[in-house]
Amino acid sequence: MSAKRGALAVGTLLRREVVRFLRQKDRVLGALGSPIVFWFLIGSGLGGSFRLPAGAPAGGGSEGLSYLQYFFPGTVVLILLFTAVFSTISIIEDRREGFLQGVLVSPVSRRAIVMGKLLGGTILAFGQGLLFLLILPFVGVNFWQIDFIPVCLVLFLMSFGLTAMGFVMAWRLDSTQGFHAVMNLFLLPLWLLSGALFPPSGAPGWLQGVMRVNPLTYSIAALHRGLFHEAGAASQLPSYGISLAVNAFFAAAMFLFAVWVAERKGE
Amino acid sequence: MTEKETNAVEIDGLTRVFPPSRKSGEPRKALQDLRFSVKVGELFGILGPNGGGKTTLFRILSTALSPSQGRALLFGIDVAENPREVRRRIGVVFQNPSLDKKLTLRENLLHQGHLYGLSGKDLTQRIRSLLQRLGIESRAEDRVEHLSGGLQRRGEIAKGLLHGPELLLMDEPSTGLDPGARLDLWRYLQELKKENVTILVTTHLMEEAEHCDRLAILHRGTCVALGEPVKLKEQIGGDVILAQTREPEKLCSLIEEKFHTKPTVVDGTLRLERRQGHEFVPQLVEAFPGLIDAITVGKPTLEDVFIHQTGHRFWWQEPATGQKR
Repeated sequence: MSAKRGALAVGTLLRREVVRFLRQKDRVLGALGSPIVFWFLIGSGLGGSFRLPAGAPAGGGSEGLSYLQYFFPGTVVLILLFTAVFSTISIIEDRREGFLQGVLVSPVSRRAIVMGKLLGGTILAFGQGLLFLLILPFVGVNFWQIDFIPVCLVLFLMSFGLTAMGFVMAWRLDSTQGFHAVMNLFLLPLWLLSGALFPPSGAPGWLQGVMRVNPLTYSIAALHRGLFHEAGAASQLPSYGISLAVNAFFAAAMFLFAVWVAERKGE
Repeated sequence: MTEKETNAVEIDGLTRVFPPSRKSGEPRKALQDLRFSVKVGELFGILGPNGGGKTTLFRILSTALSPSQGRALLFGIDVAENPREVRRRIGVVFQNPSLDKKLTLRENLLHQGHLYGLSGKDLTQRIRSLLQRLGIESRAEDRVEHLSGGLQRRGEIAKGLLHGPELLLMDEPSTGLDPGARLDLWRYLQELKKENVTILVTTHLMEEAEHCDRLAILHRGTCVALGEPVKLKEQIGGDVILAQTREPEKLCSLIEEKFHTKPTVVDGTLRLERRQGHEFVPQLVEAFPGLIDAITVGKPTLEDVFIHQTGHRFWWQEPATGQKR
């Protein structure tokens, strides 16, 4: 009975998230549009001057990836990050004056509220990530070359983890301006140091260290593997197993963190 | 103990202290040792100026905030100890809109129903009958952002009532309503009362408070008056006389000397409570020619009750950094 009620609540919150998103065209544009522009401009501009270091994850050498290709997984992650952030940023205002007020005084458990919100954000991010993959043929990757299952898995786990991370931050902040500060100071560096723009192997030692503990590094690595099959002996990419494990761990930890944060306040 | 069970709300020594803000450096007592009870089926008003503690009390009763000390029982259940059980039994209408503007009215109500474990035919039927009663059925498929303030407010009420709560909590429900819509709202609340729904309303509007069966007047977190509006006004002896003057202090001491009654000075206006006020006014005017610019006499209002209890006007500005919440 209680489980059924919980599922009903999670389902309804999830659905609201998706319907709301689709009714706000500017959000669709913001989350999908700006990373694509980023990708195209940076990818095209840097393409001529960027050299991947020898033995780098991208394969290295002249037969390696073009920069537009190299930057592709990073852009996917950026799309997920933007979508996750935009879908959780609403919490800040929603809680004081908006839909969330009513949810918080309803008999639904905090765990179910968190789950509904996170799954909603996850589906949005995951969906947009998949949509972006449709561009792949234009950078010379055929769909049947993709390791579809691991790619989807990693996209889903990362969407969930990032949405949960956004949730934790939004729950504790009381202004959207604060969120932008966090975005610029924390989230974007997190993305920059994930191998999205440059491979770890060419970076100075201390940066490599940071990149090694950054969970996004493993998402990018899995996408490189899944989309471009960079798996030769020369490749320093972590294996699928490790990448997926890190992503799963990150998602689970962030979920628990989000539940903890949501249960802590008020009651 | 049996008496407790018959009360919809039982507030006992309720205190809420907010941690010190960076500006003032001192903890702020939003509620201090509040006690009163609300009977089942009552329309109970919490009247008070902004910053008086109404919203804090509302948030505690709606389980959004926990008390620092004391207890609040709803139908005998402690709000802080068992919030989920309380939540099942209360309907909450917030001051700020809680409808999702991007969704239609019906979608909003469907989500609301799901949160309370309602679904299927039962839910659609409830929604239909509620929308009919509130006269907004024809707008059910409109997005909330396209509805007028009055219709949105009705939507909020529909949301609060959907699961058939025994107690309806409303925070400043007439915010943003024009006088006509306000009247409709109160008419509807009276109707609800007939169905034995207990209603607790916060308001800063005197004329609204008049509609309530009983009132608690809050001032700086304490209850300064409690009772039926008529009885509260009766407590003030007779009529209220207000005298405008350029020299309030002087006139005040003169009156005290001559008539052995001490007026209070409120915002530069002299204020006297007196039986047979109409007989006293000519005496006053004749006694101090030229000193009184204008004088009025009237039956006490709830504002007079407030002034009587606190010594200053209802709209008096709190000098401290009176931050809400």
